[in-house]
Amino acid sequence: MTSSDTILKRKRRSLILLLAPFTVMLSVFFLVPLGIMMVYSFLEPGLYGGVEWNWYPYNYGRIIGWPLNDYEEFEPIYLKIFLNSLQIAIMTVIGTFVICYPAAFWVSRMQGAKKNLALFMITLPFFANLLVRIYAWLLLLRPTGFFNTVLQSAGLIIEPLDLLFTNFSVIIGMVYILTPFMFLPIYANVEKLDYSMVRASQDLGANPLQTFRRVILPLTAPGIIGGSVIVFIPALGNFIVPSFLGGSKVQMTGNLIERSFLQSRDWPFGAALALLIMASVVVLVVFQLSRQAKAEARGVS
Amino acid sequence: MSFLKIASAHKAYKTPEGGLIHALDDVSLDVRNNEFLTLLGPSGCGKTTLLKCIAGFEDIDSGEISFEEQSLKGVPAHRRPFNTVFQSYALFPHLSIANNVGYGLDVTGVAKGERNKRVEEALELVGLAGFGSREPKQLSGGQQQRVALARSLVLKPRVLLLDEPLSALDRKMRENMQIELKNLQHSVGITFVFVTHDQEEALAMSDRIAVVANGKVQQLAAPTEIYDEPANEFVANFVGTSNIFSGKVVAKDGALLTIETANQRQVLATSDRFGRGDHVELVLRPEHLKLAPSGNGIPESCIDGTVEASVFVGSDLHLHVDVGKGRTAIVHHRHNRGDDGERIEAGTSVKLYYSPNAAHLIKAIGR
Repeated sequence: MTSSDTILKRKRRSLILLLAPFTVMLSVFFLVPLGIMMVYSFLEPGLYGGVEWNWYPYNYGRIIGWPLNDYEEFEPIYLKIFLNSLQIAIMTVIGTFVICYPAAFWVSRMQGAKKNLALFMITLPFFANLLVRIYAWLLLLRPTGFFNTVLQSAGLIIEPLDLLFTNFSVIIGMVYILTPFMFLPIYANVEKLDYSMVRASQDLGANPLQTFRRVILPLTAPGIIGGSVIVFIPALGNFIVPSFLGGSKVQMTGNLIERSFLQSRDWPFGAALALLIMASVVVLVVFQLSRQAKAEARGVS
Repeated sequence: MSFLKIASAHKAYKTPEGGLIHALDDVSLDVRNNEFLTLLGPSGCGKTTLLKCIAGFEDIDSGEISFEEQSLKGVPAHRRPFNTVFQSYALFPHLSIANNVGYGLDVTGVAKGERNKRVEEALELVGLAGFGSREPKQLSGGQQQRVALARSLVLKPRVLLLDEPLSALDRKMRENMQIELKNLQHSVGITFVFVTHDQEEALAMSDRIAVVANGKVQQLAAPTEIYDEPANEFVANFVGTSNIFSGKVVAKDGALLTIETANQRQVLATSDRFGRGDHVELVLRPEHLKLAPSGNGIPESCIDGTVEASVFVGSDLHLHVDVGKGRTAIVHHRHNRGDDGERIEAGTSVKLYYSPNAAHLIKAIGR
């Protein structure tokens, strides 16, 4: 046995030791529950909660359209809710992007202490309790809230607007709580954007719009995509924001899952819903990662 | 008709401490069509600022930059008929070599067929034919440099601005690129304005050199003139090595002047620009100081001193000679093969001879 073998072995052993806590935690608290959920989603719901150990694919059937006739009914409402969630999540991504992209350029051009202050301000909302922050929006948006009062006293509207319990209010709440998640990846990318590229583009005859489209946007794309994924995933499965700001009028898949588990005690159905969301997210992320890998192979970092 | 003209350009920057830095202080410069002009100066002298102002990345505070009699005031960088080769090359990492070179043609809407043809030609011109499908990061520094050149030249600019493009290359590569750039300039017939802090590079490549310091053009002349007849002490010291002695003209015989230096020595120089009583600075290049008289009958001046150090650099032996009152003269003594025996040790007394024609006089400032 040569010494390089022992070094390799030792290295491998320390690697295993270093990774062990993470691996154990991930398997015990994520993979095992995930497996349980997967199994449950194919079991028959018990009459009083819990499960009957029978093969029962109709949990999925109820959602996407092959129900067990005369017992479970296909309800297009689940698909509708899912599509609405998708729409809200996409709008949230767009909303946070529109706010964060210019802001990232602005902050990246600041100097020293000012820049640090700006970055601190962006993470500041994390210091306050999530529920308090969302509840604040409830107070702002309700018929007797801040916006309606101001608009009414300015004479712009007569009747208070229905701001609360709409897709709009849910999107506002989501954008509000998820903005930092979009900002940080974009900022990290914009910060290292080499301005000599912008100069070179101008120098070669590109007008500002062409420079933006052909140079700035492609070079900051990794940050935009990263931010979008990190915002999209929690937005799609969120249930706190819609339950506060959406009331009973705006339902997202997250609320449905919460209700299946806690109120109707239909665990298999909740598990099926959760897994469907997860599957759609995984498909999306895998698609994105493979695109990014291809782009990296082409030489874009 | 004047080509590219800079007239009394001023530009000042505010420092974070609230001070003002005059990057350009009344700079006037006429760039001629089809010449290789170098802006030479130490870092922070304003040469890169001047280049940026010509390119249109920055505006001058006052004065005027005009091209073929047309003022460039308010003309954005992308509408100026100039292109820049950046110090960092600034190749687009997300585009292939061909698309980098074709970028300027794409954004100005050149038809596909012609675009591809011109890209090919440009890559061929810089010796990178067949590299079109590669990525910038797959190329070496020298190759990236050529791509940056091709990317600018493909647009057939009227003036090519080069911002220290060779500074990131190693010495051998740099020397090759100097020759190539000069040949390229000759063959494409485009005016090059080249910025560098490397005086050898400037001397080797330029038709004319503008020595820039403290935001001012110190001298604008051909390389030989810059070297042989520096306009002031700064140029004498910055371009090549100079021995400078202050003195006063005490006698004049035709063009031959006798100068009394600060340490009471009488030395000779030829000049028709100075007369008796003028205060002058005597500039002597190290290679013009000899250890023995030439013996060809021309009256020679002689300074004696003591060797402080001798440094062998290969082609030459560099001597640091104490010529009295703490002044050190630097002598480049040509090394011949087998000279080993005549090694000159520190402490040796030597006499330094020079021909009065080799001495250059500049007006002493402040007298």
